[in-house]
Amino acid sequence: MNEKKTSIMTKVKFTRLTFLLLFTLFAVNNPLFAQAPDGDAAAALPAGLSADPAVIAKGKEIFTGNCTSCHAVHEKVIGPALFGVWDRAPSREWIYNFVKNSTKVIKSGDPYAVKLYNEYKKTQMTSFQNYGPAEVDAVLSYINSVKPPEPPTTISTTDGGGTGTSTQADGGYTTAILTILIIVLVLILIVLGLMVNVLTKFLQDKEDLAEEDKEVVNQKSDLGKFFTSNGVIGIFIFIIVALSMKAGIDGLFTVGVQQNYQPRQPIAFSHEIHAGQYEIDCNYCHTGVRKAKSANIPSANICMNCHSAIKTESPEIAKIYKAIDFDPETGEYGENTKPIEWVRIHNLPDLAYFNHSQHVEVAKLECETCHGEIKEMEVVYQYAPLTMGWCINCHRETDVNTKGNGYYTKLVQLHKESKGGKTPMKVEDIGGLECSKCHY
Amino acid sequence: MKETKKVYWKGLEQLTNNIEFVKNADKEFPDHLPINEDDDQGPSRRDFLKMMGFGIAAASLVACETPIRKAIPYVKKPIDVDPAVPNYYATSYHVGNDYNSLIVKTREGRPIKVEGNSFASMNGGGTTAQAQASVLSLYDKERLATPRIGGEKATWSDLDDKLSAELSRANKITVVSYSVFSPSTEAALDQFKAKFNNVEHVMYDPISSHGELAANEASFGKRALASFDYSKAKTIVSIGADILGNHHSHALNSKQFAQTRKLGKGKKEMSRLYSFESNLSLTGANADYRTRIKPSEEGLYVANLYNLIAGKVGAAKVNVGAVADKEKLTKAAGDLLHSKGRSIVVSGSNDKNVQLLVNAINNLLGNYNQTIDINKSVNLRKGDDAQMNRLVGSLKNKSAGAVIFFNCNPVYDHKDGAAIGQSIAGIKTTVATNDRMDETSSLVKYNAPDHHYLESWNDFEPIKGVFSFSQPTISNIFDTRQAQESFLKWSGNFSSYYDFLQERWKSNNAVSKFPNFQAFFDNCLFEGHFEEEVASEGLVYNDTISSVSIRGAKSNGLELVISESSTLGAGFQGNNPWLHEMSDPITKACWDNYVTVSAQWADDNNIELGHMTTQLADLTVNGTTVKLPVIVQPGQAEGTIGINLGYGRTKAGKVGNDVGINAYPFIQSVNGANQQFVSDVTLKVTGEPYKVAVTQTAETYSGRSFVIQESVLKNYVEDPYAGRHQVEITDAAGNKKSPNAVTLWQGHSYNNHHWGMAIDLNSCTGCGSCTIACQVENNIPVVGKKEILNGRSMAWLRIDRYYSYDEESVTEDTGFIDALKIKEKAAANPEVVFQPMMCQQCNNAPCETVCPVAATTHSSEGLNQMTYNRCIGTRYCANNCPYKVRRFNWFKFHDNEQFDKNTAMNNDLGKMVLNPDVTVRARGVMEKCSFCVQRIQAGKLEAKKESRRPVDGEIVSACASSCPSEALVFGDMNDPQSRISKLLDIKKEEKRVEAQEPRAFHALEELRVMPNVWYMTKIRNKDEESKKEHQA
Repeated sequence: MNEKKTSIMTKVKFTRLTFLLLFTLFAVNNPLFAQAPDGDAAAALPAGLSADPAVIAKGKEIFTGNCTSCHAVHEKVIGPALFGVWDRAPSREWIYNFVKNSTKVIKSGDPYAVKLYNEYKKTQMTSFQNYGPAEVDAVLSYINSVKPPEPPTTISTTDGGGTGTSTQADGGYTTAILTILIIVLVLILIVLGLMVNVLTKFLQDKEDLAEEDKEVVNQKSDLGKFFTSNGVIGIFIFIIVALSMKAGIDGLFTVGVQQNYQPRQPIAFSHEIHAGQYEIDCNYCHTGVRKAKSANIPSANICMNCHSAIKTESPEIAKIYKAIDFDPETGEYGENTKPIEWVRIHNLPDLAYFNHSQHVEVAKLECETCHGEIKEMEVVYQYAPLTMGWCINCHRETDVNTKGNGYYTKLVQLHKESKGGKTPMKVEDIGGLECSKCHY
Repeated sequence: MKETKKVYWKGLEQLTNNIEFVKNADKEFPDHLPINEDDDQGPSRRDFLKMMGFGIAAASLVACETPIRKAIPYVKKPIDVDPAVPNYYATSYHVGNDYNSLIVKTREGRPIKVEGNSFASMNGGGTTAQAQASVLSLYDKERLATPRIGGEKATWSDLDDKLSAELSRANKITVVSYSVFSPSTEAALDQFKAKFNNVEHVMYDPISSHGELAANEASFGKRALASFDYSKAKTIVSIGADILGNHHSHALNSKQFAQTRKLGKGKKEMSRLYSFESNLSLTGANADYRTRIKPSEEGLYVANLYNLIAGKVGAAKVNVGAVADKEKLTKAAGDLLHSKGRSIVVSGSNDKNVQLLVNAINNLLGNYNQTIDINKSVNLRKGDDAQMNRLVGSLKNKSAGAVIFFNCNPVYDHKDGAAIGQSIAGIKTTVATNDRMDETSSLVKYNAPDHHYLESWNDFEPIKGVFSFSQPTISNIFDTRQAQESFLKWSGNFSSYYDFLQERWKSNNAVSKFPNFQAFFDNCLFEGHFEEEVASEGLVYNDTISSVSIRGAKSNGLELVISESSTLGAGFQGNNPWLHEMSDPITKACWDNYVTVSAQWADDNNIELGHMTTQLADLTVNGTTVKLPVIVQPGQAEGTIGINLGYGRTKAGKVGNDVGINAYPFIQSVNGANQQFVSDVTLKVTGEPYKVAVTQTAETYSGRSFVIQESVLKNYVEDPYAGRHQVEITDAAGNKKSPNAVTLWQGHSYNNHHWGMAIDLNSCTGCGSCTIACQVENNIPVVGKKEILNGRSMAWLRIDRYYSYDEESVTEDTGFIDALKIKEKAAANPEVVFQPMMCQQCNNAPCETVCPVAATTHSSEGLNQMTYNRCIGTRYCANNCPYKVRRFNWFKFHDNEQFDKNTAMNNDLGKMVLNPDVTVRARGVMEKCSFCVQRIQAGKLEAKKESRRPVDGEIVSACASSCPSEALVFGDMNDPQSRISKLLDIKKEEKRVEAQEPRAFHALEELRVMPNVWYMTKIRNKDEESKKEHQA
């Protein structure tokens, strides 16, 4: 027992050491990487824009949260590609006003605004009353920081690549060792077999053997008798029964588990296109994900934010128009609406309470943790088993995201005091496995 | 430490050790199996085939794919509605003439729960049980779905056309309603009056305040009720007024009264309440001194009290006979004189003369402009009995013209209902805006159903200068129209009532304090409340005592006292199963009304009582005989019997129809005022057995004492531990120790939160608002009378009502007969104490250790968790629970035709009231109070999202938030700044907490189950312990 522990400990220490080494390497390298683009950008920075990472991060947040449904940086979507807008627009002031209230600018008869309006199928841009010059500049700074997409061959040399290959090498190394080990063992087995064979032959040739020894040497294993012996049959029956029982019980456990459930939806909506290709933030459509128990299937009016202008001829989009009673010819809405009946994929039983906002807003989990690579799903399927064991397991393994959250300050301190600050605070440690956290 | 040696008992069955009661006492669950009760035969071949068929079907179902479930989002999502995020709106509860200012919780656009509006000064954050239950009345399938003409479905335009034509032809129009205290409604009616000639508006109240209004008109020149401030009063004398139970604005009264009853380190004084009454009411139960009087003696007592005070202050006396028992009255007069200007005398009499005397007493005591304010008049009751009586006359001789019943049901709730009902048919044009085809509206020609209050716009002025607002919290479910809008439409004003109401408020002076009208109006709707300065006028008191004549004639016959039900109120929400199943605070009976009699009367008439069994009796009042069950009620005045109003509906709906007997016809008109008692009635026991569903005697503590601990103020002032039963045990070495010091349990350490509750027995008035709040919040089913009789009530929170007598008065030397006599005497007018009882969330929980499947476990926040999906229904936990608070689901109560009275779970509309955050429990599982864990979880999440700790008061259980008297305090005992920590003076130790407040105790402390619920001793403001007073 103790030996095992120490061996694990050394392993842990070893891995830590490797990590430490890797990290120092990275830390030394990083400034070199970081500085080069910095210098580049500073040279060509348009007036008023910033290269400060904080500003860019803020801009990115605003951009992904509000703009990506209609705009991309280097690509024309519903609205124009935004890169270089600071040069195209009449003035920076004009951009501020247009973001704040585009309708007002268009109505004022501003020639550039009217031109844009007509060019983009008379689609009005949503007004963002809350965003002033500071926010708009942040967004512009972010847009400026996004490099135009390059041919895929050049992508591989990004900073993530290093660690990627190292883990791969790590994996290959283990396989190689294991393969060699197996080969060596098989070789030893063959050599041993040969030796037995040679020695038996040698003994058989010998005349002066005692009776008992002869018996041993000439002994022939009777396989038939062996297999019909009660013991062997018993063991076989036991194994078969045990296996079939296990299979049966496992089978029963899958009753009601709908992992990989991929029903056909009434509208062929593709997450691959929306979340993957156009990188629309999940929160844009699933409006409740940060504030409520349910993430919400988006209502049809959210689809219409874009699809009043995009792909208006598609038969799939026509289904949305029918639901919301929209006439694409006249652009008018009627009263005769009919809700879209999506097929529910994730069916948690009623007795379990799950709250999206707890996991997404408080714990800051990625949607993909439970929903899989949604960005690659043409048709969504249930990625996780959604069983209680799966929930519990995650609560056992996951550290509580306490960073900057005043709710946990005292808890973290108490946890440190009791555990000596060694182990991180898991969800389990603060009652995450208790019944009434999910069942009431 | 000084213990009071009292014996507590829940009902006469227990006191007299009734054989049936004893037999049932230790059986929490009845012996017989609950299924096929009506069937004598065992399972038949048919049953076997059915079972087998079901088995095969179930097996094949499991083999099938899970059924496809749909997710249907909004087509156009409203901006401020997010699925699963509750929205809260301020509004006002207004059904009949009941009123409460509220905050309504809505989910996905449907109201599911109401809370008191803490902004509103008129009820200070508390709610009544009726207001709590009113959300279910919104989803009542039996409301009218369309307007009707002659009983046939019609359209609004059709109704408007035909009715307008008829109205313009009528030579007189009478509008009948309960008290209207909505300024905009009055304005709408004014428009109606202006359009048609000869319109008369008659207001009446089922429970009339005519006498008080008339007296105030004579004394102050104002026909209005005065507002009382009980929080300022040191001495309160109530003569026949149930100020805490069902007097108008009793939620506010309870709050104010409770403020004077709270005791603590810095406050060692409290008010004293005297009650002189016939039926044992909530006020009598909470009184420090209660005297039993006959209702016909009310005037006599008031006059004698007046004379006692007038004698001391040197005013003219009135000529009146003496009362039998003057002792308590003299004492009360002495206390009143000691607290001049800080006292209140109130009477429930509807006799103008009695109320004039009450005014005179309060005037002599200088209470006006101190504890009583006539300028800030209460508008909740305006009804004029005389005018209503005239109307009945003109209905009979058909001179009333066209009659519009504006949300009132006089055929049911007026003493002359039968006559009104008969005359309606002969009137050409009759209209009702009632919400259903009730006793009145089913007889009229035109039905123009009004919205429910949760669908309406409105404003109210319950107290002069204090306004509150109603806003719709759901779009109208049925094709109904707000009655005010109907009146406007019939007057030719086609604006909506909303526009009309806004227009009226535009001229308000306060608008100028806001940037624009919209800002003002938004603020009013946000707070649900708006207060105007009321110019204080000088008090002009006209002494009219010389004209007062008190009827002293005392009949020797039996007197019937008719009072409002504490559960159903006046009967406005007659089809609400929650109110029907709520047990009466005093009798603890539900699903019935009955005649309450004194133990003496029961003895004289040989009533045999059993466990929930009694006998029927014929009650004859003025020649009308009805059959009613008899309940023996301790505290009932000799020579009187009592009956509750609110029952006996015939057209309320399937839940309320034919439950009990309608007592309104028994009300008599004396000098033009409705008098709620009748002299010389006869009650004759027929001997037919009858079962009355009583909730309390179903659970017992098996003789364990010290559930209640109490003392009197005098002792408390000397020793704050007075009345406390401090348990001591002797260990092996012979040392006496507190049981806390000896334990096998490990204890729990709570790092995060430690939820707890403190219940002040001194401020709990027993009103029962919390029990309904709990029922609404936690999706608790209604089981019906039959199952209550089987002892299968599902209430998570019950209020135990105990009567008590002093054990020391019965010693070993007392003979058996004498002991019985003493007990009987004690039972005649016992002391009463109320104790809300719910899961005590024990730290050493006996239920947790016996569950074979770990379905009930302890949480790291001090909660005793109940996991329904794990429970297999062994019921071991309930057997092992010393408090008997666990409830077993004997049946599937939802989607089950057999429980069709459980309307919140048995039809699509009713189900809209269910709390989506709480599981609807299945058959065969145990359930119990969860400390509203769904609220705890929601509150914590809100705090986490905002990166902070929860603020005290943010997370409150449903019971505590509904309590008008703030007797229940819920909070985190880990937070030293929380109200509960301060109230209990919590001391945290390594693995346990201790309440250092001397009054705090655990129920059944000696069991050492370490509950997280503390009770605080009941302190009565008596001079001596009750025993000594008896001897004196």
